[in-house]
Amino acid sequence: MATVSQWVPFRTLAWRECHRFLRIWKQSLVPPLITQSLYFIIFGAFLGARVGDVQGVGYAQFIVPGMVMMGVINGAFSNVAFSFFAAKFQRSIEELLVSPVKPATILGGYVAGGALRGLLTGLLIFAVSMFFARPAVEHPFVLVAFALLAAVLFAIGGFLNGLFAKSFDDAGVFTTFILTPLIYLSGIFYPVTALPEPWQTISRINPILYLVSGMRAGFFGNPEIPVSVSLGMVAVISVGLWMLALRLLKQGRGLTA
Amino acid sequence: MIALDIQGLTKQYATGAKALQGLSMRVEEGAMHALLGANGAGKTTTIGILTGLVRKSGGTATVLGHDLDAEPEVVRSLIGVVPQEFNFSIFETPFDICVTQAGFYGVPRQEAVTRVEALLKQLGLWEKRALPSRTLSGGMKRRLMIARALVHQPKILLLDEPTAGVDVELRRSMWEFLQTLNAQGTTILLTTHYLEEAEQLCQTASIIKQGTIVREGKMAELVASLDVKRFVFTTATPIASVSPIDGIVCKKIGDLEWDAELPQTGTVTALLAGLSAQGITVTDIRPRNNRLEELFLQTIS
Ligand SMILES: Nc1ncnc2c1ncn2[C@@H]1O[C@H](COP(=O)(O)OP(=O)(O)OP(=O)(O)O)[C@@H](O)[C@H]1O
Ligand SMILES: [Mg+2]
Repeated sequence: MATVSQWVPFRTLAWRECHRFLRIWKQSLVPPLITQSLYFIIFGAFLGARVGDVQGVGYAQFIVPGMVMMGVINGAFSNVAFSFFAAKFQRSIEELLVSPVKPATILGGYVAGGALRGLLTGLLIFAVSMFFARPAVEHPFVLVAFALLAAVLFAIGGFLNGLFAKSFDDAGVFTTFILTPLIYLSGIFYPVTALPEPWQTISRINPILYLVSGMRAGFFGNPEIPVSVSLGMVAVISVGLWMLALRLLKQGRGLTA
Repeated sequence: MIALDIQGLTKQYATGAKALQGLSMRVEEGAMHALLGANGAGKTTTIGILTGLVRKSGGTATVLGHDLDAEPEVVRSLIGVVPQEFNFSIFETPFDICVTQAGFYGVPRQEAVTRVEALLKQLGLWEKRALPSRTLSGGMKRRLMIARALVHQPKILLLDEPTAGVDVELRRSMWEFLQTLNAQGTTILLTTHYLEEAEQLCQTASIIKQGTIVREGKMAELVASLDVKRFVFTTATPIASVSPIDGIVCKKIGDLEWDAELPQTGTVTALLAGLSAQGITVTDIRPRNNRLEELFLQTIS
């Protein structure tokens, strides 16, 4: 008997994950649209007029890449973190553990589902931004590359969060205390070069800074940080986290007794 | 061929609990085998090791010739498992749960849909296929887990207390379902606390006590190995005492109720004849326990 091909299991899992967030679209897709619309109204329309142009574009336009990136990151992260933790909590994760699905396929399936939610959220926010600001898209490939990388990176992050979480409270701690501050301090509302030292240097440790910078380069060109540096940085972190998640999964951390 | 060959299995949990202490057992291919033991004896742990939910501390397990350590994925694809506790997403529907599970075993969606329809119909869940599974009753949830365990047509089915909380009528139909499955060639290992169920369903059994197998063999031989047989009889009128009948010991346990302990060679005819000779009218006689229950109690005490 040959080992089971991993394609059908992967597709099955990825589809189940997508099906889950589509089924609860009112809780998964609508809230970020409302939040980001509020940002566009308050910062873009009301305050934007006073701020004037930033890096050669109107303020409402300037914040679009960051808003899209925020949607991608939150969507991908929360999807996997919540879904994986819930599976652990309800013990339905055992459905996967007793089957011949390989750990890499389990990780890949969850990451694919989460990444798709992140990308879909980003796309919807981009569509909404059209009502408030009509951002140019100078380098669509760069934009897509960064959206994709961010989606994958934070889906893996969400997986790790779900793997480590022992309770529903745990599952939210990382988001509240680490992810959200990192997002707000990643230059979505201001150019990092405008910060005084030492904040500018400190900001550079924040991986989301590179994603926002890359995303902004996709929209407007003229990156603050070279695109290749950002891409490389994020790719390396993604591979590192993937390997860590896979290793923990193979050990059965928090899953098998 | 041996379906299940377990040798010297040990398991110590992180808490220090020694759940298995050198457990060895064999189940022939095509058998319907009962794994019996008191609460905490190690039944679920044994099943957990076979299915990959529990990491063993030592020993070996071979499933239809495939070693668990060397070929874990092959072993898992040969096994279907119905766990003791509910472990499906309560938000998903029975249909989705089963089709998804088939996908995890590599069954393409179209094929999976056909199989799931057949299984849900056989198990009386077809009407409920599109409802969130949290709305199912306890017995339905258990049947859902049976359907889910069969979507990939496993060679070996492991059932951990499949009839817990299932009503009498449903239990009978579940037995029939399992017997049909077994007749079609699926090897079945089940744990149960209903010994009557084990005796009716299974041709072979193992009795587990504190993580080791203390008795194993054909059900008929196990039951025959009982060295005493106990009966309870009721007399028509209160009797003060019963004189000894050869080798049989009678003890009063109620106004009209008496307990009779027969040696291996003793017969009910001899008991009744003896009582009759003493002018005692017996209105009712029954085994004190189910015979397997008796063996079980003697073995694990
Ligand atoms: N996850 C766990 N962590 C620590 N100890 C455990 C764990 N699971 C089981 N045990 C211990 O291992 C022993 C065997 O438990 P197991 O669940 O295998 O028994 P069982 O025969 O299935 O009992 P029951 O009939 O009650 O289901 C028990 O002492 C139990 O407390
Ligand atoms: Mg048990």
